[in-house]
This record gives sequence, C-alpha cells and structure tokens, in this order.
Amino acid sequence: MTAPITPLLSVRDLRKTYGHRIGCADVGFDLYPGEVLGIVGESGSGKSTLLSCLAGHLEPDQGEVVFDTRADGPRDTRRMSEPERRMLGRTDWAFVHQHARDGLRMGVSAGGNVGERLMAVGARNYGNIRNEAIDWLGRVEIDETRVDDRPSAFSGGMQQRLQIARNLVTGPRLVFMDEPTGGLDVSVQARLLDLLRGLVRDMGLSAIIVTHDLAVVRLLAHRLMVMKSGHVVEHGLTDQVLDDPQHSYTQLLVSSILQV
Amino acid sequence: MSDYNFAYLDEQTKRMIRRAILKGIAIPGYQVPFASREMPMPYGWGTGGVQVTAACLTPDDTLKVIDQGADDTTNAVSIRKFFQRTAQVATTEKTGKASVIQTRHRIPEEPLREDQILVYQVPIPEPLRFLEPRETETRKMHALEEYGLMHVKLYEDIARHGHIATAYAYPVKVEGRYVMDPSPIPKFDNPKLESAAIQLFGAGREQRIYAIPPFTRVVSLDFEDHPFEASKAAHPCDLCGATHSYLDEVITDDAGGRMFVCSDTDYCTTRQEAGHRGRLSPQEDAA
Repeated sequence: MTAPITPLLSVRDLRKTYGHRIGCADVGFDLYPGEVLGIVGESGSGKSTLLSCLAGHLEPDQGEVVFDTRADGPRDTRRMSEPERRMLGRTDWAFVHQHARDGLRMGVSAGGNVGERLMAVGARNYGNIRNEAIDWLGRVEIDETRVDDRPSAFSGGMQQRLQIARNLVTGPRLVFMDEPTGGLDVSVQARLLDLLRGLVRDMGLSAIIVTHDLAVVRLLAHRLMVMKSGHVVEHGLTDQVLDDPQHSYTQLLVSSILQV
Repeated sequence: MSDYNFAYLDEQTKRMIRRAILKGIAIPGYQVPFASREMPMPYGWGTGGVQVTAACLTPDDTLKVIDQGADDTTNAVSIRKFFQRTAQVATTEKTGKASVIQTRHRIPEEPLREDQILVYQVPIPEPLRFLEPRETETRKMHALEEYGLMHVKLYEDIARHGHIATAYAYPVKVEGRYVMDPSPIPKFDNPKLESAAIQLFGAGREQRIYAIPPFTRVVSLDFEDHPFEASKAAHPCDLCGATHSYLDEVITDDAGGRMFVCSDTDYCTTRQEAGHRGRLSPQEDAA
C-alpha cells in the first residue's frame, strides 16, 4: 500500500455572490499533482469568477481553498496573510490571462518580462537572468534575437507564448489559465496548445484551464467540470463527459460544436 | 517688520509639516503624506522643499540655497530672496557656514556636518512610478517590500545600452528596507547620501515628505555583474583643476569649443581663492 497522495489544491463549498446575483456557488473539487482540470461553460456561467477566487484575485464569500504548500503542507489560502499569498502568486502559482496585454508589461522588453519574476524572488545577476530568459524564449519557440524587443512588436500568438514563458520561469506547480487561446486564429491556437501540452507534461504541472472551447479541454484536460449559472452541473473524466454527456446542458453544449 | 508670519507659513502648518518630518526620520525612506500648501511659486520650482525649509528654519539659522549646485541661478536666487524677505534669516553661499541648505539636484561637494540640514526639492517621490502607474499598487509594493520591479528597470537599461544608463534619480535602498528616489541628483552624488547631516526630501505637488537620518546606510541598487558606479565626466575642472568634483559641460562657441566646470560654484570659487588653477583660468600676472 502506498500512502494516499495529498491533493495539490482542494476546494470545498466555495461561494461568491455579487449582491443577490450568484457568481459561483457550492463548488468543490480536488486537484492532484500533475493533473489538468478544464472548466467549461457559456459566458456568464461563473467560470472566470471561480478562477479568480481560486487564484486569490477575488475574495470568496465562503468556502476554503486549501493549497499544498512546499514548506508547511496544506494551508487555506484564504487564511494566509496578504504577503504570503502574493509570494505564492509569484512563485508556486502562475496566472495566464486571456489577453496577453493584461499579463505582460508592454513597455518592457521580452527578456525583462521573463526576468521580472526571477528578480522578484531575489535574482541579482544580470547574466544569469538573461540566460534564463533566453532559454525560456527558446522553450516557447520565440527566437533569441527577439529578446530585447518589446511585446508590442510581437504578434498575438507570440505575446501569448511570451506570457506563458514569463509565468513558468520560476517553476510554478499550479497554473491558472483563463481562455489561453481566446482571440487567436486556429493555426496559432493549435501551435499554442501543442506547446502547452508539452510544457505541462515535461514540467509535471497541474493546471486549471477555463475555456468555452471544448476542443481545448479535449486536448489538454484530464478532467472536466461543466458550469451553468454559477453551479457545477457535471464533473468527470474529459472523454467521458464529452462522449457521454449526462446533464441536459452538457448535451446541448456538446451538440453545439460546429462540424467542418 | 514684515507682514508675513516667520518663514511665510502659519504656525499650525509648520507644526503639521514638522510632524511629517519627524515621522519620516523615524521611518527612513518612507514617504509620509502631508497636506502640502499652495506656495507663491509654481509647482516644479521647489514648493515641497520650501515648505520643509520653512518648517525647519529658526531666526538664528543661516540659509544657503543651490540649484544644480549653483548659488546664482534663478531658482536659487528667488528662493533665497523669499526667505530673506519672509524670515529675515542670514544667508550665505558658503556650504560650511550654512545651517540649513535647500538644494535642487545636487549635494554640495564639501562634506556636511552633524549640525546641518540638507533639504531636497523633489519632483516625483515615487521610485516605482514609471514602472507601475497605480498609486494603490506602489504603496502595497512598498509595504510588502516587493522591489523586484525596480531591478526590471535596471535590467532594461543594460539590455538596451550595455550598462546601467540611469544617470540621475538613481534608486537607493535605505537602511535595508525602503527603496527611495533620491530626487534627480546625479548618481555621482549617491555615495554622499550616507552623511552626517539630516537629509529631508519635500515633494509639494505630490504631497510627500521623506527623510534620511544621519549616518543611515544607503545602498544604490545594482546587479552582481553590473555593480553601481558613481560616474562623472572624465575631465578636471577647467577653472579650479579639481578632478573629484561633479562637472557641468559648457558649450563656449559654435565650433565645438567646450569647457568643463564644477557644478558646485561655492566649491569651485573656494578652490580658486586657495590658488588652484585650471586649463582655462584667466592668466593673471602673466609674465
């Protein structure tokens, strides 16, 4: 018998309301190390609210978000002090925004963008920071010669890849992604998904991906949560949910995919 | 008898400013908000520095005002006249004889003493301003000591220019805690921030006061492989021959002629009176 694995992130009874309106309610799940969880649902179903609550950008009204920290084991992030939570946000967590502009410093070169998190945790050697930045640009398929260019000179797909490099440089264990492929054309999307799949596998990342694109979760996610009106209506293995949807909303969602 | 209260500001205002100054000295490098008053001069002319000076002055003080190191430029002359008229204090151009020195963009070359106060005029007190535009966020970054962003600026300098090209307003860390903008002094002056005198910084438009108490540790930020360097023009002064003072470059004609002179006029004059001569000194007793 092996010891049971501690979940990396354990969410219980999470609830966030905007006045009388429900953002999300009664959400609970466990995310194990190396696992990718997809959250799908239509616009306004509360999936982005849920992600913001998990990542500590929004204060949930009730519930707990327990993260398995490196130093002290499982801890409720809601009870952490703000400096601790922000430190977590710079080291073990990463957040990939839908719009790369929200996640990048547009006035700072690509190398500076990647190096920021390193400098934030105390790196003070220019040569090392730069080499690390160049290494990461290579991993997300951005040419080394672009290291001193600003993100504003990059295409949308490159900006998104730069944002991913900037987030992964400190070796986080949990990545939150909010519609990482939104606003990109299909060929660029495919390339980005391929890249993400490789990175997740190579680094053993756990990830929570919010999207409305079922193809994205089919490719990336091990498990799937379907949300509607702030509630989780269906939860299971990705293939199982997509191939044999039980809830009427999931059936509608799956049958709405356009076939080429 | 002047119709002004001593040093222009009313007593309650001066008390308020003194409280801010005391708090600033208690927390070196921390920007203390204060209720900046309108002064009879435009923002950008030293309204913050003038208010701090007004709160520090006593009738026995001797005031010196410098602008870019010079005692005789517009800004210095008008502020000196302002306090002559509203406080009737003695004024001087000699660094050693002054008890309060208000300065814009320089620290005097002559080392300061424990009984002196140096007041800086500060245009933008927030060192993180051009990196992070949100005031709420920069305050939080100061509170939580999140200063990685400051190094991003230096990183960008090296990436673009091959060396740290920031030549003035070079960020410093005060007593191992707060990152501070030392006002736009040249980075040549940064080592002089560790001083025996009290150093007070006043930003009128931004309504902030901060301070460096005497003998406080002030470290200029840098990288291990690109260390801080207090740079200056590689020339001696053309009037007094000084090799270790900060120099101004003066264009003398339209044919490429130029000269380098000490930016600290008092320092230069004192040296010339002591017999030091530079390349372009007038040739008296030519024989």
